[in-house]
Amino acid sequence: MQIFNHFGTYLMFLKRMISRPEKLSVYWERTMLEMKNIGVGSLAIVVIIAIFQGAVTTLQIAYQLVSPLVANPVIGSIVSDSSMLELAPTITCLVLAGKVGSHIASEIGTMKVSEQIDALEIMGINSRAFVASPKIIAGIVMFPCLIIISIFLSNVGGIFAGYASGILTPDEFIQGARESFLPFNLAFSLIKAFVYAFIITSVSSYHGYKTEGGALEVGSSSTKAVVYSAVLILFSDYLLTQLLL
Amino acid sequence: MIELLDLHKSFDDVAVLKGITTQFKPGRTNLIIGASGGGKSVLMKCMVGLLTPTQGQIIYDGRDFHKLGNKETRDVRREIGMLFQGNALFDSYTVEENIEFPLKMFTDMTPAERRDRVDFCLEQVHLEGINAKFPAEISGGMKKRVGIARAISLDIKYLFCDEPNSGLDPVTSRVIDELLQDITEEFQMTTVINTHDMKTVFDIGDHIIFINNGNKWWEGKKSEVRNADNPELKSFINASYFE
Repeated sequence: MQIFNHFGTYLMFLKRMISRPEKLSVYWERTMLEMKNIGVGSLAIVVIIAIFQGAVTTLQIAYQLVSPLVANPVIGSIVSDSSMLELAPTITCLVLAGKVGSHIASEIGTMKVSEQIDALEIMGINSRAFVASPKIIAGIVMFPCLIIISIFLSNVGGIFAGYASGILTPDEFIQGARESFLPFNLAFSLIKAFVYAFIITSVSSYHGYKTEGGALEVGSSSTKAVVYSAVLILFSDYLLTQLLL
Repeated sequence: MIELLDLHKSFDDVAVLKGITTQFKPGRTNLIIGASGGGKSVLMKCMVGLLTPTQGQIIYDGRDFHKLGNKETRDVRREIGMLFQGNALFDSYTVEENIEFPLKMFTDMTPAERRDRVDFCLEQVHLEGINAKFPAEISGGMKKRVGIARAISLDIKYLFCDEPNSGLDPVTSRVIDELLQDITEEFQMTTVINTHDMKTVFDIGDHIIFINNGNKWWEGKKSEVRNADNPELKSFINASYFE
């Protein structure tokens, strides 16, 4: 029953968040700042994950496809497609759920326990909208950008690993990737990024906002934000794949 | 003026406020005193709209606060400033940005006008020149004063202070008390202060109400509080002296 209670209060949180901004310029400024924090701040981890993800996938595919009947470009096509369809959006967003989600929940949770949220309310500001909406918009804009970078770098990692290990040449990898490329796969990847971004930022904002107590509760909210986001990402991954592929 | 009429507040079956009726007039420092857990903070949270009373009315200059529409409620809230016990300054903002924040949100002032207003507010609380510092870089007493500066940055009519002296040394406490009294008189605000500091009561208590177990047990002036015949109030005052 508790899960329905959570879901109901989460929906109420989102509903109450929707209101006319008190001052658009302040919200714009905050959204830009959040885009920098979420987007630029996550770039390093996304780059590292993407390169190694592509490299390892290439080596594993090559290890499994040992038949002389399978042409080398097939490895490139499999790595490229799996990066686009699953690895880049889902794995990257699971990691970002940890990084961005915990940051959002702890930031808003700290604001809540130190009465900063109350201060906003007393000023006549919709505190839910003020703290959460710039983060959600920033996430929705920046996550797809990060995923595109991740897809590109996964392929770069794959090309590098294939070349360094002598499994396949860069030309063979690119040939396979180009032959199997479907524009819909990229659109599917971006739809996933969009959905995951909303899940991570809104669920984490919700958990941060309902924090009551002190430092211990802020930590607990942060953990819950990551766990709930990760579970919802996996659930929606299955649902989107079933519906769209 | 703020009027409270038969104000009740319960949490589930626990009654915390049991029918408070009083008036807080402008230009005076109105003090709410009482032991911890007596309902002072709940009363203040009801007054500023963070909690909704179970029964009764809170009237801001003729406007019944909890019966107003969204827009009217926002209008009243913009006339309210609050100094929190824990300051509630925005950690990621500098002192200047903290004070400037309400101005940015609710006025069309230019950056230069806002800067002038920030400097004026900092001057009012005797804290010139700390604009660029972050809350983590200043002392507890300075944070309280920045909190007051932020509260008065808009032309507010009602100032609420939740235990403004908590965690401060006696000298700084006196500075805060004098500051609150000065700005109340200068700007003719209706100031309501939650406290259990008896020194504050005797120094600046123009109007005092004593809350005990959710009821108003005594009401009067600082000159009358020493000779009050209410045994609970006497015991509260004596306990304060023994501390």
